[in-house]
Amino acid sequence: MRWIFPTVLLGLLLAFPPIAAAMGLEFYQGLLTKIMIFALAASSLNLILGYGGMVSFGHAAYFGLGAYTVAILMREGVTSGWVIWAVAVGLSALLALLIGAISLRTRGIYFIMITLAFAQMIYYLVVSFKQYGGEDGLRARRPEFGLFELNDTTLYYLTLGVLLAALYLLYRLVHSRFGRVLQAIRENEARALALGYPVFHFQLVAFVLAGALAGLAGVLMAHYTQYASPNLLAWQQSGHLMMMVILGGVGQFWGGVLGALVLSLVEEILQDLTIHWQLGVGLILLFIVLFAPKGLAGLMRRGS
Amino acid sequence: MPPSLFIEQVLNGFQFGLMLFLLAAGLTLVLGIMDTINLAHGSLYMIGAYLTATLVGVTGSFWLAVLGAVLGTALIGMLLELSVLRQLYRRDHLSQVLATFALILIINEVVRMIWGSQPLLLSTPEALSGPVEILPGLYYPAFRLVIIGVGLLVALLLFWLVNRTRVGMWLRAGASNREMAQAMGVPIKPLFTLLFGVGAGLCAIAGAFLGPILAVQIGMGESILILAFVVIVIGGIGSIKGALVGALLVGLVDTAGRAFLPLLLSRVASPEVASNLGPALASILIYLLMAVVLFFRPQGLFPART
Repeated sequence: MRWIFPTVLLGLLLAFPPIAAAMGLEFYQGLLTKIMIFALAASSLNLILGYGGMVSFGHAAYFGLGAYTVAILMREGVTSGWVIWAVAVGLSALLALLIGAISLRTRGIYFIMITLAFAQMIYYLVVSFKQYGGEDGLRARRPEFGLFELNDTTLYYLTLGVLLAALYLLYRLVHSRFGRVLQAIRENEARALALGYPVFHFQLVAFVLAGALAGLAGVLMAHYTQYASPNLLAWQQSGHLMMMVILGGVGQFWGGVLGALVLSLVEEILQDLTIHWQLGVGLILLFIVLFAPKGLAGLMRRGS
Repeated sequence: MPPSLFIEQVLNGFQFGLMLFLLAAGLTLVLGIMDTINLAHGSLYMIGAYLTATLVGVTGSFWLAVLGAVLGTALIGMLLELSVLRQLYRRDHLSQVLATFALILIINEVVRMIWGSQPLLLSTPEALSGPVEILPGLYYPAFRLVIIGVGLLVALLLFWLVNRTRVGMWLRAGASNREMAQAMGVPIKPLFTLLFGVGAGLCAIAGAFLGPILAVQIGMGESILILAFVVIVIGGIGSIKGALVGALLVGLVDTAGRAFLPLLLSRVASPEVASNLGPALASILIYLLMAVVLFFRPQGLFPART
């Protein structure tokens, strides 16, 4: 009977836009789109953070790069959505390859800091180009996809489709031989090396894949807000994504999705209640780290 | 370019580097000895600046305000150590990053609740607001000279403390091998609370003196925190000497890059390209420096652990 819950959930997600439109709840359709985008970004981070044990503090670089690619290409007259997607994902993967190839030479705190440093470089590079908005960000019009027109509702379904495809890919990946080796490296790098696994290559492939998926999430974010904001590249965004992963559960398959869902909802609710909502987010996060180190997925597993 | 401009920029870089050192010193010891990442270190710098700005209004004296801010921030730092950070020593880096990231959010909001969202005004003390002629024809702001003096003094004091006293010996022992130091009877727990207080006090000094030059506002701690991390990673985690070298390097490279790169580029490229690329390159120069250092020396310039 394990398939009942996912099937019902999927049915609800598929049926949500018409129901929302009928009941005047379009706001929640947008919120769900945003949550799914963050779920994709957080799940990609969970691949390297949770399964690979690589604490990257620069995931915002790929997320923001994806969004900026949409904005810049649209501005420069490239209007095909497919071309934009391909370029954005390719660029994110390339950036991850570059950053990963250098950063993975280091370990521990040095790795955290060098990934952060690279993300900061990207941030400062982008905001210093005045013709692309600088600190104000850049408008990102929605491109043409030919088969369908991109509006709030098709974007919802597109995001849902991309998220499901990415989750399927990640699920197959972490349960494949590749995924097991990745986890073996996380548990004991010296042993994995001694067993003859090319540790660096395994880590780099995971790093590039995570970067590409985060870039795709950034593309969807630009479609959603129709705007590429420097905030997407800021180091707080990297922290925000890490927050989601640890809230949901590091190295738990549903950790990224769960964390994105819960954190976005908590932020939404607290923002309604008080302008000091970040205080609430901070306190909840501190509580989770100190008292529930395995995140929500860990808590649920222990409960059942 | 005129030599006076060059000297002025070098002095600016030196002054900024010394203030970065005050931040990096506490950070590198905490990281080196307890293997704990504290992102909230920048928040202590912010608290120091806010306390100074408030106390200047109350006491009317800049120096009294600095003293009060240093003591107050040290106290807050020790309270933070006792309440939260102590729980994190045995946890992995990820938990430390997240928990102290949460502390940043909390402290930022608390500061916003107390002082409001508007930046505070912290002006240079009256007597030091004018320029001084340091070389014939070369004028330099007196306050910045005082910053250099204070920075050098504190750096010397810190070196004396770490290299010449028993507490310093314990600190160095802890940085090179924590378990062994503990086994030899070094009282790690109280030592670390004290160290945290000292680190917080150093942050407050930096906040008090950079406050009038930069701005006293929410989020001021975060941008400088990342610079402080760059400094200690370049210098080698746990090494005071590394922190000093790294801080001066970052201070000089950052200041010189911002001042001279656009000028240099305008000689080889069109003004359009130079005005765009110059600031961009200048702002990423220190990160580039860090990436290059780590590429060749993954443990930084002066690794504390062998």
